[in-house]
Amino acid sequence: MTKQILLIEDEENIAEAIRFILSRDGWVVQVIRDGAGAWAMVQQMRPDMVILDVMLPGKTGLEILTELRAHADFADLPILMLTAKGQGRDRVAAERAGVSAFMTKPFDNSEIRAVVRGLLGG
Amino acid sequence: MSLTALTGNRLRARRVALGLKQGDVAARAGVSASYLNLIEHNRRPASQVVLARLAAVLDQPIQAFAEGPEGAVIDDLRAAALGWPLAETLRVEEFAGRFPGWAQVILGMAQRIAALDAAVAAVNDRMSHDPHLSANLHEVLSVIASVRATAAILADPEGIDPDWQARFLHNLDQDSARLAKGAAALVQYLDSGGQIAAQGMAAPQEEVEAWAEAADWQVADLHLGAAMSASAAQMAAELQAQVRADLAAMPEAEFAVELARLGPDALALAAHFGAAPLAAFRRLALATGAGLVICDASGTLTLRKRVPGFSVPRFGAACPLWPLFSALGRPMVPIEQVAETPGGDRFLLRAFCQPSYPRGFGGPELRQAVMLILPSTAPATLAIGSSCRVCPRDCPARREPAILM
Repeated sequence: MTKQILLIEDEENIAEAIRFILSRDGWVVQVIRDGAGAWAMVQQMRPDMVILDVMLPGKTGLEILTELRAHADFADLPILMLTAKGQGRDRVAAERAGVSAFMTKPFDNSEIRAVVRGLLGG
Repeated sequence: MSLTALTGNRLRARRVALGLKQGDVAARAGVSASYLNLIEHNRRPASQVVLARLAAVLDQPIQAFAEGPEGAVIDDLRAAALGWPLAETLRVEEFAGRFPGWAQVILGMAQRIAALDAAVAAVNDRMSHDPHLSANLHEVLSVIASVRATAAILADPEGIDPDWQARFLHNLDQDSARLAKGAAALVQYLDSGGQIAAQGMAAPQEEVEAWAEAADWQVADLHLGAAMSASAAQMAAELQAQVRADLAAMPEAEFAVELARLGPDALALAAHFGAAPLAAFRRLALATGAGLVICDASGTLTLRKRVPGFSVPRFGAACPLWPLFSALGRPMVPIEQVAETPGGDRFLLRAFCQPSYPRGFGGPELRQAVMLILPSTAPATLAIGSSCRVCPRDCPARREPAILM
């Protein structure tokens, strides 16, 4: 069965580019644009992976990550965090919260494809 | 009178200026030529008796060879060596005497380092704590990421469906417009330095403080800036109202008389005029060249009237050792300390916290703490900084590593 990725990104154009890139690799990508609805979507969709931005409206990426890791069902869910901030403390906070991988924007398309393949075993 | 290693230099310089040979001077002073050679090269100190004889031979008062303006060089070298434990500070006078050129090189480099440190601290303070700059940088980087990803898709040699191509070209067009606008705003903001940016990218508090500083804090009758944001205009109006009330409670002429009598004691002035202590602090700061910082119960600085030599962070938290924060935890208790900054400047800091209950028994307690900043020459009892991030001190209250360590 094709694996599903939930992309939580408020920037429409980058969300579209990421969905296009990953879809070509055979992944099914669902996009939501704010953090407030993330938890409900994850529970409903049960994705195989989550990609989320750090800065989101409604709820931050770090808050969503912490919430997911606190739930037994999502403790091992592969989660890739993206940020344009790239400061050490964001990475440290994300790693402490249990992120699977961390990438800073801008990134190469090949880079995100490789990270997703690595996390989903594709 | 103290003699320094530079004494040798001066002796030699005077002897050479008179065209006298070392052996001749030595003989007339009753010392050996080899001994005089050691003295001139700062390898042996000259006793007062020997120096007096040499001064007589060289026809100069003894003071001409003792500590003079060059003593400042020794002090500056010692200051430059702070933080460098391997420096042989006990031999600094010998070093300065034997290698005056190198001493000047070291001092020049120390000055340059201090200037660069200050510039880095200022930039870092902005970059790390300026919420508007941070948000704008994030916006620019996000758009760049979108442009990069989209361009890579379009440039893919395998090609894409024409509909997708059109869609991504449209996205690229949109993103490049956003990027151009964002980058222009960023450049303008950075170019403005500490000044207010026309796009309203400065925090309202900064706008108000810049407006007040431009008028030397004489804001009672100052016109509100036409370019001020709505929030800043409201805050400025509130400050104006407070200042006018302070002036009414503590009129100019009488305040000057009492200030001369009582000195910069805000609590004594408040008692005399029957004014609130915070009002007296404010009145005092605005009537003199004193600095003033006010914080709320969270420790957030809500007013910053700066004074040269006392660095107040533009964004982020200030040094936790400031008496301002001690006062916050001890309301209605006056706190006074002479503090020294990392730059060596000393200030008398007088702090006080006044709780208020604007909504009565049923409402919350509000605390405001205020700290007056007065230059001082008294011995310091407290070592402080501006904020942990840019402070070089080894301090038990450190909150985070300094960028300079």
